[in-house]
Amino acid sequence: MQKKKIGKKILSANEEYALKNSRFLARQKKLCLNMISSPGSGKTTILARTISELKGKIKIGVIEGDIQTDFDAQKIRATGAPAVQINTGGACHLSAAQISDALQNLPLADLDLIFIENVGNLVCPSAFELGETAKVVVLSVAEGDDKPAKYPAIFAKSKVLLVNKIDLLRAGDLVDFDVERVKADARKLNKGIEIFPISAKTCEGMTYWYDWLLKSVRAQHQGLAFDR
Amino acid sequence: MHETVIAESLLAAISQEAAKQSAKPIAAKISCGTFNTVNDEILRFAFTAAAKGTPCENVKLQIEHKPIQGQCQKCKQNFDVESPDKRCPHCGSGDFQLLPDAPLVLEEIEFE
Ligand SMILES: Nc1nc2c(ncn2[C@@H]2O[C@H](COP(=O)(O)OP(=O)(O)OP(=O)(O)O)[C@@H](O)[C@H]2O)c(=O)[nH]1
Ligand SMILES: [Mg+2]
Ligand SMILES: [Zn+2]
Repeated sequence: MQKKKIGKKILSANEEYALKNSRFLARQKKLCLNMISSPGSGKTTILARTISELKGKIKIGVIEGDIQTDFDAQKIRATGAPAVQINTGGACHLSAAQISDALQNLPLADLDLIFIENVGNLVCPSAFELGETAKVVVLSVAEGDDKPAKYPAIFAKSKVLLVNKIDLLRAGDLVDFDVERVKADARKLNKGIEIFPISAKTCEGMTYWYDWLLKSVRAQHQGLAFDR
Repeated sequence: MHETVIAESLLAAISQEAAKQSAKPIAAKISCGTFNTVNDEILRFAFTAAAKGTPCENVKLQIEHKPIQGQCQKCKQNFDVESPDKRCPHCGSGDFQLLPDAPLVLEEIEFE
C-alpha cells in the first residue's frame, strides 16, 4: 500500500480554457461580463433594455447559454445586437471551452462589451470560471431577500448585484422583500460589491447600472487593471 | 448537479496517475472550499457511476471541506468563518474581509 501526493485542481481543464479566454479578451481590450441568476430573474430583459438604451454609446454582443432553444438569442437579435446561442443539452452551467468557440463567432472587432448570459441557475455556474472580466449576479425581488445568505458563493464572487423587478415592490404586490437586508448580507460576503436596485420593465434605477458599464468599458479600453 | 462534471474530471485525473504508476488505485483524498463546495453523497454517487467498469471502480473518496477564512479588519488576525454573523474570536469585531476560498483539489491517491 502506498500513498502519492497529487495536489492538482480537479477543474484544471476548464481553468486552462478560462485563462486562455481571459488573456484573449484582455489583449483585445474587451469587457466581458458573465451574468448569473435563477431562471426568470430577468437577465434577457435587462440585456435587451441595456443594449437599446446604450445604442450609439457602446456596442454590445451577447453569448446566450440555455439548456434548450434559441429564444433568448432571438430576443437579443431583435434589438439589432449580435448574439450566439449555446445549448448545453442538459448541463447546468456554461464551460470555458464553449465560450472560446462562441467568441470566434461574434464580430469582436465591432464590439466594446460582451455579455455572457449563463444558464438560469444560482449555484452551478459560480463554480466554472469562463475567463470573464467579472461576474454580475441578478436577484429579482420575487425570489426573496434571504438568497445571499442561502446561496453565498455567487454573491461572494460577483462584482455587481442587480436587484431586479423593484417595480413589484412599488406596486405593493410584494412587501416582504427588504432591499436593505439584501445589501447588508451581500456586503458581508463581499465588501466591494456594487449593488443597483433596478426595474428592467420601468427602467427605474437603470442609469446607475449604465454609468457603471460605461465607466468599466472605458477602463478596459485603456487597459487599466479591472478591480474585481 | 455539476458533481457529474467534477466526477468525470476526477476520474480522468486518477486514471492518468494510475497509468503512470502502473498501480491499482484504491482510495483518493480530495478537498474543497466553502463556495467551491460539493455535495459528498452526490459526488460519490456520480463517481461510482462514472468509474464503473474502469480500474478506478472501487476507489473510495475521502472529501475534506475547508472552511473559508476571514481577516479581522480591526486586529488583522485570520479565523474560520462558519456563518456571516461570525465575530472575530480574538477581539470580538464583526468587521471582517473574506479571504480567497479553497479550490477543488485532488490531494492524494492511495494505491494497492
Ligand atoms: N415586473 C417585472 N417583470 C420583469 C422585469 N424584468 C423581467 N421581467 C419579466 O420576468 C420574466 C422573465 O424574464 P427573462 O428576462 O426571460 O428572465 P431570464 O433571467 O432571462 O430567464 P432564463 O433565461 O429563463 O433564466 C419575463 O416575463 C419578463 O417580462 C422587471 O423588472 N419587472
Ligand atoms: Mg434568459
Ligand atoms: Zn479581531
